[in-house]
Amino acid sequence: MPLLEITDLTKHYRTPDGATSTVVDVPAFSLETAEQCALRGESGSGKTTFLNLIAGILAPDGGRITIVGEDITAQGESNRDRLRATHIGYVFQTFNLLQGYTALENVELAMMLGRGIDHAFSRKLLEHVGMSQRLHYRPAQLSVGQQQRVAVARAMANHPQLVLADEPTGNLDAANAQTSLALLRELCETNNAALLLVSHDPAVLAQFDDSRDFAEINRAAVSKEATA
Amino acid sequence: MTTAIAHPSRALAVALIVRRSLRRHAFATAVTILAAGLASGLVMAVFAIQSQSQRAFTGGNVGFDAVLGARGSKLQLVLNSVFHLDESPGNIPWSVYARLKADPRIRLAIPYAVGDNYRGYRIVGTTPDLFDRYRYGNDRSLAFAGKGRAFDPDLREAVIGSFVAERTGLRYGDHFHPSHGISFDDADDDEGHHAHNEEYVVVGVLEPTNSPIDRVVWIPIEGVFRMGGHVLRGEGQVFVPKHGETIPDEHKELSAIMLKFAAPTVGADLDNVINKEGKEFTLAWPIAAVMTGFFEKFGWITRVLLLVAYLVVAVSACAILAAVYNTINERRREFAILRAIGARKSIVFSAIVVESATIAAFGAVLGFVFYSAIVIVAASIIRTQTGVVIDAWAFHPALAYVPPGMIALGALAGVVPAVKAYATDVAANLNPHS
Repeated sequence: MPLLEITDLTKHYRTPDGATSTVVDVPAFSLETAEQCALRGESGSGKTTFLNLIAGILAPDGGRITIVGEDITAQGESNRDRLRATHIGYVFQTFNLLQGYTALENVELAMMLGRGIDHAFSRKLLEHVGMSQRLHYRPAQLSVGQQQRVAVARAMANHPQLVLADEPTGNLDAANAQTSLALLRELCETNNAALLLVSHDPAVLAQFDDSRDFAEINRAAVSKEATA
Repeated sequence: MTTAIAHPSRALAVALIVRRSLRRHAFATAVTILAAGLASGLVMAVFAIQSQSQRAFTGGNVGFDAVLGARGSKLQLVLNSVFHLDESPGNIPWSVYARLKADPRIRLAIPYAVGDNYRGYRIVGTTPDLFDRYRYGNDRSLAFAGKGRAFDPDLREAVIGSFVAERTGLRYGDHFHPSHGISFDDADDDEGHHAHNEEYVVVGVLEPTNSPIDRVVWIPIEGVFRMGGHVLRGEGQVFVPKHGETIPDEHKELSAIMLKFAAPTVGADLDNVINKEGKEFTLAWPIAAVMTGFFEKFGWITRVLLLVAYLVVAVSACAILAAVYNTINERRREFAILRAIGARKSIVFSAIVVESATIAAFGAVLGFVFYSAIVIVAASIIRTQTGVVIDAWAFHPALAYVPPGMIALGALAGVVPAVKAYATDVAANLNPHS
């Protein structure tokens, strides 16, 4: 059984003029345990919505998403939150670190909300991403590259089986992008976690054996291109 | 990479979120805590002061069972003779005192004559019985500091209460001139036009009694009769005492007679004879009941004060609500991130409610500081004005239920912003849609 299995997933938004716009229409998608997959998608292609649906942040309008055997579309918000906290790591383009919290607190808070705090593991993670000297720095005191490394460590805090990464290198320079991506992939591999990454950066996509065009799996994106 | 997974602790997460928020909004938090503290302290203080002052004025053993005075208000009689406040309702003839003193049902009768003051402290003319036979509190007699003694009833000697000594600086051996009237004008002084020519010497300073006695200057009753400008109307005729001549008893008059009964039933008997059948005099008995009536009559003042205090509490709860609510908009992204990394809605809701309750809890703790300050000031004012010492530190149930009540109210105030935080749209506040 695949780690992630999606069938007939749809998500619509209501536009300001009252019309309904389909953003996600994915007939089928799956990801195996520890698989690493990159999706190429342009801005507005619905890839963030796609990831938010998988993460359970958004509820789909139709279809089914199964993660580690659990159909999250059949579950309430609270259960989706629990599943996200314990099984899914999320890396954002804008890092989304909590500003008033130190690097260590950002990681440990994720643990508190997930499988429970593990001080040794949180420090080990931050040490692994090269932040052992910056444990008590707040995001504003870190460079963007360092912030993204903390975000990567946070995503791994609860030993997720699936890591979602939304343009994780989008705000980084080439050197930092390379470092962060390598860390992310390495940590996923070490922790036996699957990685689903979306990006529009060819340099990032080129590093994945499994790199797919999001437009190929999202019929909504195809129809938009057709009407454009 | 191996790990030992600890037990999940969402309570720790809530605590961390609250701590970080309070620190980030330190100024607003401090001001809100101050408001909550003031409200909490005010409510506790109003309850405690009301309770303690009522207890002090009605429950304290003043050493007498009843006061006999001119026909009029019992309350005025008690205020004037026991608490040395208010005007005397009028005078009564000396013969009444003589009769009561000889009455076997009366264990102790002490005459009071008032009409003068020294720097605002009432001068009361009385007999040395006050120092020899009077007992107050737990069977305590008045004691003199140092080498002090009771005045000689035939000399211009005075005994002063401890508070008078403290405030006026009068000491053993000092001389002073009484001033006419029971209130003191700042323009008066020993040489002022209100000052009597008679000069008194302090022969005794009383040890503190924590009662209105501490605020009195005691002189021989004969001294009041003979004070320059005083006119006696004991049995109706006007009489001006002359130096060197004895004052006939029929001309002497008193402001009040303080009575201690030989048996508890005497009070009812005298009450019947004097108050119900008689028309000349008023017997204020029992003294505590008269003061209880006073507090009951003016209980609305306490209720108004409590209403104000409760309003302050309500305002402080609104301040907590506003302070926390105002942070919600700026924290939407934080809530979205928390939700994105797995925080359930209940965690976000709890964090806001706990944050409000924490502000109120700090306020409740600070409330004890305000409470202490208010009761100390109030006790000082009451002592200065009446001589009555209230037990500011006595326990009142309000001290037990106001702080938790404040915390509960704080938590309640947090519900509105918590609902707003609860409803945060995660996707909309997390990242722009791509």
